Amino acid sequence: MGIISRGFSGRRRAHDENLPPGQYLTEGFPVLSAGPTPRIQLEEWEFTITTEAGDVHRWDWTAFRQLPADEFTVDLHCVTRWSKLGTSWEGVSLETLFADVDTAADYALVHSYGGYTTNLPVDDLLDGKAWVAYRYDGEELAPEHGGPARLLVPHLYLWKSAKWVRGIALSHSDEPGFWESAGYHNYGDPWREQRYWGD
Amino acid sequence: MNTDAFLDGNAAAGMLGELFAVEVTAAGAQCAHCGRVSVVAQARLYVDSPGVVGRCPSCEEVLFRMVRAPGRAWLDLRGVNYLEFALPEDG
Repeated sequence: MGIISRGFSGRRRAHDENLPPGQYLTEGFPVLSAGPTPRIQLEEWEFTITTEAGDVHRWDWTAFRQLPADEFTVDLHCVTRWSKLGTSWEGVSLETLFADVDTAADYALVHSYGGYTTNLPVDDLLDGKAWVAYRYDGEELAPEHGGPARLLVPHLYLWKSAKWVRGIALSHSDEPGFWESAGYHNYGDPWREQRYWGD
Repeated sequence: MNTDAFLDGNAAAGMLGELFAVEVTAAGAQCAHCGRVSVVAQARLYVDSPGVVGRCPSCEEVLFRMVRAPGRAWLDLRGVNYLEFALPEDG
């Protein structure tokens, strides 16, 4: 009896350790969207980083895809309470994109095609914690999941991982984004269950 | 001492209560982006999202955002210039 009980509870603990409080596991990949899905032609696509001094760093699709890329596996946690573990992606780390960016800004406001925005500290983009991802599960990223490229910041709730990302504006002041200005938490750490203002 | 003639917000309770007691989906809303006036019920509603987003049926810009949390809710109307309510003539 003891052996069986320990084995069972051990597996449960391992499972729960990857699941933040208040989340449930999903095997699918739910599509959440606050508006119509933008259809961006690759020849029109661009990604920019604009510094607090107004300097613009710009990549078109060809230049972006020539940057060194990472293959990585991360867990996703959506504030609507589903989590998807062990998702496989390919993308360019923000560390790489920021390599030649001269900035002392503390805050980033991420802009997407379609008008979505989300804010987060610059520190949360660096040190290999965030990517602009363009492949999911071995395939080109589908438009409904943010293709051709989306931000991925897997240590924060998924609304921070802006789909259809087109640029990042750096600033000394923190400006709340689309959901952060309407009740959702400014930072959004799933392990501290920072869902709403005041959490 | 401030001598401006103003009342505290409690004095608006009667009028605000009259507006917010009506069916808001029947109100007219002017889009702050394109200026089109549409009935709230005509908005394009996106519900598979962390909150509910209502978009202008003409230009697709955001009219309103609603977020529901346990015991709290937020309604962001910055995409609407004004709401127009139909009220009884004798109101």
